[in-house]
Amino acid sequence: MQHLVAELLNGKRRSVAKLISMIENDHPDKRQLLTEIYAHTGRAYVIGITGAPGSGKSSLVDNLLYKIRSENLTVGVIAVDPTSPFTGGAILGDRIRMQDHALDPGIFVRSMGTRGSLGGLSRSTREAIHVLDAFGKDLVIVETVGVGQSEVDIVKTADTTLVVLTPAGGDGVQTIKAGIMEIADVFALNKSDLPNADRAAAEIKIMLDMNKEDCWKPPIVQTVSIKNENIDQLWEALKKHRHYMEGSGRLLEARRKRVARELTEQVEYLVKNRIWEQVKEKIDLETLINAITLREKDPYSASLELLDKTHVTE
Amino acid sequence: MTSEKIIRVLVAKPGLDGHDRGAKVVARALRDAGMEVIYSGLHQTPEQIAESAMQEDVDIVGLSILSGAHMTLAPRIKELLKEKNMEDVLMLVGGIIPEDDARELVEKGVVGKVFTPGEPLENIVGYIRECFRN
Amino acid sequence: MFDEKSLEKIKRGKEQWEKGREHLPVRDNKFTTISGEEIGDLYTPLDIAEIDYDKDLGFPGSYPYTRGVQGNMYRGRLWTMRQFSGFGDAYDSNQRYRYLLEQGQTGLSVAFDMPTIMGYDSDHERALGEVGRCGVAIDSLDDMEVLFDQIPLDRVTTSMTINGPASILWCMYLANAEKQGIGLDKVGGTIQNDILKEYIAQKSWIFPPEPSMRLITDIFSFAADNVPRWNTISISGYHIREAGSTAVQELAFTLADGFAYVEAGIKVGLDVDTFAPRLSFFFNSHMDFFEEICKYRAARRIWSRRMKERYGAKDPRSLMMRFHTQTAGCSLTAKEPENNIIRTTLEALAAVLGGTQSLHTNSMDEVLALPTEKAVKIALRTQQVIACESGVANTIDPLAGSYFVEALTNKMEAEAEEYFARIDALGGVLPAIDRGFMQQEIADAAYVYQKAIDDEERIVVGVNRYTSNDEMPIELLKIDPAVERKQVKRLAELKSRRDNLRVNNCLSELKETAKGSENIIPRILDAVKAYATEGEIVSALKEIFGEYKEKPLF
Repeated sequence: MQHLVAELLNGKRRSVAKLISMIENDHPDKRQLLTEIYAHTGRAYVIGITGAPGSGKSSLVDNLLYKIRSENLTVGVIAVDPTSPFTGGAILGDRIRMQDHALDPGIFVRSMGTRGSLGGLSRSTREAIHVLDAFGKDLVIVETVGVGQSEVDIVKTADTTLVVLTPAGGDGVQTIKAGIMEIADVFALNKSDLPNADRAAAEIKIMLDMNKEDCWKPPIVQTVSIKNENIDQLWEALKKHRHYMEGSGRLLEARRKRVARELTEQVEYLVKNRIWEQVKEKIDLETLINAITLREKDPYSASLELLDKTHVTE
Repeated sequence: MTSEKIIRVLVAKPGLDGHDRGAKVVARALRDAGMEVIYSGLHQTPEQIAESAMQEDVDIVGLSILSGAHMTLAPRIKELLKEKNMEDVLMLVGGIIPEDDARELVEKGVVGKVFTPGEPLENIVGYIRECFRN
Repeated sequence: MFDEKSLEKIKRGKEQWEKGREHLPVRDNKFTTISGEEIGDLYTPLDIAEIDYDKDLGFPGSYPYTRGVQGNMYRGRLWTMRQFSGFGDAYDSNQRYRYLLEQGQTGLSVAFDMPTIMGYDSDHERALGEVGRCGVAIDSLDDMEVLFDQIPLDRVTTSMTINGPASILWCMYLANAEKQGIGLDKVGGTIQNDILKEYIAQKSWIFPPEPSMRLITDIFSFAADNVPRWNTISISGYHIREAGSTAVQELAFTLADGFAYVEAGIKVGLDVDTFAPRLSFFFNSHMDFFEEICKYRAARRIWSRRMKERYGAKDPRSLMMRFHTQTAGCSLTAKEPENNIIRTTLEALAAVLGGTQSLHTNSMDEVLALPTEKAVKIALRTQQVIACESGVANTIDPLAGSYFVEALTNKMEAEAEEYFARIDALGGVLPAIDRGFMQQEIADAAYVYQKAIDDEERIVVGVNRYTSNDEMPIELLKIDPAVERKQVKRLAELKSRRDNLRVNNCLSELKETAKGSENIIPRILDAVKAYATEGEIVSALKEIFGEYKEKPLF
């Protein structure tokens, strides 16, 4: 496995693919590998893109990739699609929109399923970002599902969050989910050639004015991704936010918070796993559950008892 | 987390053929069987397919070819996969393929199996599961 | 159509019948059509009590054309036997066309290879391995001349299955006719030219929707002025069905596309009666015998009513839905291919009983390769046996009045109207395509169908029932890879002997016209006559129009 890390740092694309797979499949050497590559991370700038299915996220990413490459920046794209909770399978269909870039060595695209994570952005996705970061990508774009809690997740993972909206058929913007207004650093109002686009943009602006008292006012860029319209402006808006984050010290602050969260998450993951391993070894859960169901015991004191029988570290 | 590794499949449409009914039906069936399916979209060159297979680190590359160009496209894609050190990726082909072409492709090790129209989806899923039983 | 007293009597009779059969066994089967339509066990006048003969059925050749578009249908003239064909290079296909004409085929139908369909010349890198494989390779007027060598274009009509670059191949055909000394006013045929169904189902597009519609309306108006016998569009349901749709979806989406084209023509200022008479249609004929017949009858009625009531068409020819039918390729099996002859026969019969104007019957081996001469002859004979030996062409619309057929025709019409309402709610056909509405319906239907076969809810003989292991291998057509080399050589020779300055000038003028709104067909004709290749013309247009990218759905 050592050679994979060496190859990664040497710029071998296949090692990126293999390492991400190992992360997704929870390979036993995963922790070790992440430990080794972590020192090489921290350079890439992460842009998160979210929005309702059908809003044109993938097309926008496709358009942005041209702009990004024209500035000689390299980029990794992680496209996340929902895993079926019933079958465990998924159709990962975002890549289709980006296939024109398939042969560009400066772009690496990886499709990932949510694989059971409720938040829409699994731990594996965040670890995959580290791999692309260590690989030397200047930018990492994470495109998420846009349903469930994925918006909230993305803001914790990305340095800049782009929210993609579209004008609804009738009047104004499609129903805005709770939280969307708060998390966006930049809005793209895509399919702006539809009627009511200007009205939708005005509505968003009003909602924004009501919310934030921040120094950063999220711009609303009206795009038409299929016609490649206004992509320049969108890219400029994203860059502007980056400069703002870097200049104001907010970037460092945000990344610190991210590190804190990741540390907490890793600890909680380890603790949870270790405790359960021990519980399963020492206690007959089925019998306990039966007892609680019959009201011979209760879950509150039972859990305390379980915990007493375990210890966190070996 | 499940102990069984999720099988990743690239379903690809090489060449100019635009008939994607079969490819999409198979993609759905594979998803329903618990696999992750990356669909390449139409009009892909062999180079695009091989590179995508590599980036996505797929276990299987499934080609759908109904234009008769399979004897050119399938071997070329296999060759490119070999160049990328991916010769152990299982390649499967579906489409309009006469029997002796199918035999040649399998015998020469270009593909694992050829599926023609009418093949029950469960056979395709079953074949894949059998191959990955280890 | 029936009086109250008789209906009451029948109602009571039916109730008696229901009682009587309570103890009779029922087969363990789903009694649905191949599209999933529930079919009742018995139909009586009660099911069609509301029908008004005059309003709903009428007479052949008059509104609403339910019983046929021509006054004396097959009593006057049999349907055209038009077998879709093409492979290899123009020499190979010319031979096959002359063979088919000798065997009694009455019209030509050209199948182009994938590079030609997608706008690439045979020497393009994307054409590698695909030249001449699923159709004939046509790169320039030079090839078109060879393709129709010794075929008199004033006596034979030709249908060309071409969509994205339809304007270009059409101009090549017209230029060739002129070379044969035939005036454009005498030339007859059809170009498929139905770009909407490409976005929905067949997926052989080149340019985005807007410029594609412009090309189509330019063709409408050029033909109206110069090529009056030409069918400028073959609004197709065949491919929609092949992609997996149900019969009602095929009916609804095809007609919806038709309405969209009519609206596009009207929008650019054309009088509906100047182009509508030359709109034609192309349907599939699948295995459920009666469902298909009802589909065609419903189609004619829906079209004529809308054209009259919504679009104000006055010329009766604008109200007549003329259509070509092809038997369903997707119903054929690779297992026991000889069974396909039987399937094709039933499907052809349904098309005839449905009143088709022309018919293509598939060959039994088309699941495996392009047809051999033997297989295509059997396919042609199938039509000839139906025409000459079965007696079904003795009378017009023989199934009219059947309680079942009329009831099912009505049902399918009503279901199609529901789809029209849904498409309208999305803002029309183009927005619906953009949203992927039709594509999703089709993908879902395809999946449901396949599962039904896998679960043995739907039986396919030789595949999931009555299977055998004794495979009798049949001989298949092989395309010689040398065809590709030959064609590439021909192209190179053409490019060296033509006037390249003239070609470049034509291409520049073409691009200028593309930027504006003037009719572009004359510029394409000029380029074609200068022996510009298809690929060169397409590339020039791509610079101005751009390329289409799909948003696939599952």
